[in-house]
Amino acid sequence: MINSLDPRIAREKINEDNTIAPLTEMDNWETYEVFHQKKRGEQHEHVGIVHAPNNEMALLFGKEQYGRRGISVNIWVVKTSNVFASDYDDADIFETVPDKQYREAGGYKVMEMINKYKKENKVK
Amino acid sequence: MYGNAYIDPNEKPLSILDGEDPIKLAEFEARIARGEKIEPKDWMPKEYRKQLIRMIEQHAHSEIIGALPEGTWITRAPGFKRKLALMAKVQDEVGHAQLLYSAAETLGKSREAMINDLITGKSKYSNVFNYPALTWADSCVIAWLIDAGAIINQVANAKGSYGPYGRALDRICTEESFHLKYGHHNVVTLATGTPFQRQMVQEALTRWWPPIMHFFGPSDKISNHTTILMKWKVKMATNDDMRQQFLNMYVPKIWDLGLVLPDANLKKNEETKLWEYTEPDWDEFKRVINGGGPCNAERLAVRRMAEEKGRWVRAALLNKSEKYVTPLA
Repeated sequence: MINSLDPRIAREKINEDNTIAPLTEMDNWETYEVFHQKKRGEQHEHVGIVHAPNNEMALLFGKEQYGRRGISVNIWVVKTSNVFASDYDDADIFETVPDKQYREAGGYKVMEMINKYKKENKVK
Repeated sequence: MYGNAYIDPNEKPLSILDGEDPIKLAEFEARIARGEKIEPKDWMPKEYRKQLIRMIEQHAHSEIIGALPEGTWITRAPGFKRKLALMAKVQDEVGHAQLLYSAAETLGKSREAMINDLITGKSKYSNVFNYPALTWADSCVIAWLIDAGAIINQVANAKGSYGPYGRALDRICTEESFHLKYGHHNVVTLATGTPFQRQMVQEALTRWWPPIMHFFGPSDKISNHTTILMKWKVKMATNDDMRQQFLNMYVPKIWDLGLVLPDANLKKNEETKLWEYTEPDWDEFKRVINGGGPCNAERLAVRRMAEEKGRWVRAALLNKSEKYVTPLA
């Protein structure tokens, strides 16, 4: 019997050699991805996961786990299994090529034309 | 709070790079060298995954077990303010365990498997928590100096290469700063209080000094293994470097209070800028980490009791049609 210094534990009268059946898969439930908004007007940002048995408890745990220091104004939780994500191995899908300059602001240069026009037409 | 991941010196040396694809390995190492983070679904060497799981898992266990010695004094904290603060701190530590289990989970080991390894004694946790908090002052010394050691460790590891671990540590470090201030305030209150309070905190400090010196672990042998783990940014500083950093920051603060540390050889060598100290008793460290400490049996028995008592609640809430999916990040 454990004679703990902690009165809460001493009261439980626990045997040192208590054995329990191992935890089985899903004992701690499925996971939810947690997103929080730091302040109104900003985007929600992924902050981590929680284990929960349903949406409501995921929200509760998410608030407790990630909103504990008053740094969130809003939280979303989404089941991990419902997130369809791209693969880091496919990062090249985001790459672009130099001949797509037509869709960049930097692809439109006019000063050379303006200066040439001003010179030829003696615009002051 | 945290201690270094303990690597058993008797463990068979691994052929770390055996069977790894040389091209993928080169890309992986180049990515780390450029300061990029590794994310859960990225290719990684088996040994990288294994060491990170071990390290993050041990860190998580340390948080959850570390709540026990400090929790000892919740019912008898001196006054409501201290009681509220201690409850908040202990809750933080349990929250840190959850953040860390989540980070380890992204590497493919389920939270249930980690808890099973903890409660059967297969996984280690920080050795300091196998000692009892005999008085209120012990809980104050833990909150100040063990958390201080933890911050040094965690700030270093937060710059490591594995994305989810670094992000969890950034978050944890923010909360630890309150713990450190809380612990310091407590120790200063006792040290500047009545003669009895001073005596109490001095005795607690004397008791905790050997475990604190053990906290960062034995000197790392400069082995091939350590070199690779440092190159992969799994291990960010040697145990001795972190111990030196701790002594440099905190011994002067302890001496400022007129408290005495139980090591006559402790002093800073002004030429080398390094602290000299009596080598901690590493046989004692090994004896305790392998189960022979004053509280090992209690810590695990309490954890098993908690898991068992909560089991029916978790089962009642379980939606049986759900399937487990490894978290994304």
